[in-house]
Amino acid sequence: MNMHFANEQEKLLHDIGVLDFVVIELALYLDTHPTDRNAMEYYNHYNRMTNQAKKEYSEKFGPLTLALADTSDCGEWKWATLPMPWEGGCA
Amino acid sequence: MWNYERRLEFPVNIKAPNAMLAQAIISQYGGPDGEMSASMRYLSQRYACPYREVAAVLTDIGTEELAHLEMVAAIVHQLTKNLSMEEIEESGFANYYVDHTIGIWPQAAGGVPFNACEFQSKGDIITDLTEDMAAEQKARSTYDNILRLVRDDPDVCEPIKFLRAREIVHFQRFGEALRIVQDRLNEKNFYAFNPGFDCTQ
Repeated sequence: MNMHFANEQEKLLHDIGVLDFVVIELALYLDTHPTDRNAMEYYNHYNRMTNQAKKEYSEKFGPLTLALADTSDCGEWKWATLPMPWEGGCA
Repeated sequence: MWNYERRLEFPVNIKAPNAMLAQAIISQYGGPDGEMSASMRYLSQRYACPYREVAAVLTDIGTEELAHLEMVAAIVHQLTKNLSMEEIEESGFANYYVDHTIGIWPQAAGGVPFNACEFQSKGDIITDLTEDMAAEQKARSTYDNILRLVRDDPDVCEPIKFLRAREIVHFQRFGEALRIVQDRLNEKNFYAFNPGFDCTQ
């Protein structure tokens, strides 16, 4: 698919959506197929990529989760001050 | 416990408000086959479920439904932002507006408030999973009905299509969960006893 993104933040958030979707799908599949080794390998692979992307996003553009909130290098609690996801546009 | 992730499961960026559509789509927030009844149904049913894989399915799908609840709210919110009083009056949104302004409140398209009687938690895993499969199909039908109303605005269609597709995946997983349950019961009589109740007596 030929996607156009306004900026790096929008692109990275899109990638996280794609990667995390794979993780959600694999988790649901594994719940009913808990001994499928191939699926577990896929899960580990995509879960690592997703976590890495979420960490990168949070460092650059503000925390996606409280676990990824790091206040050490700025004097602002971005968890509260950045746009909320339902506002539309790039979160 | 739960953790919040500060993003939507699928993006919602609606440019053109449409209060008439918002009034239809809010049914998937608080209506009979909406995401609120889906999430509360699955998350409530977990405790009487005697099989761990099935409890995991109920947990993970129930959790995903909370993300869908947020997406539906985002759609309704963006469809009702920046409306003029004339648009509110002409689109038939005045009845909702008078009680909630443009706040999000769980109701069906016809104005009936959300009610826990829209779902069941029966304490019998065969009964509960059979309801869950029906619930996914009812939600899929509702999204099909919404898509016929939306027609040509991709900003609204795309997230609705995503939500519709998830109903089909969830239906599949619940079907597998039901199979897991039946495989552990007396194949000549699945209903000989309730594995979540009689075995512990």
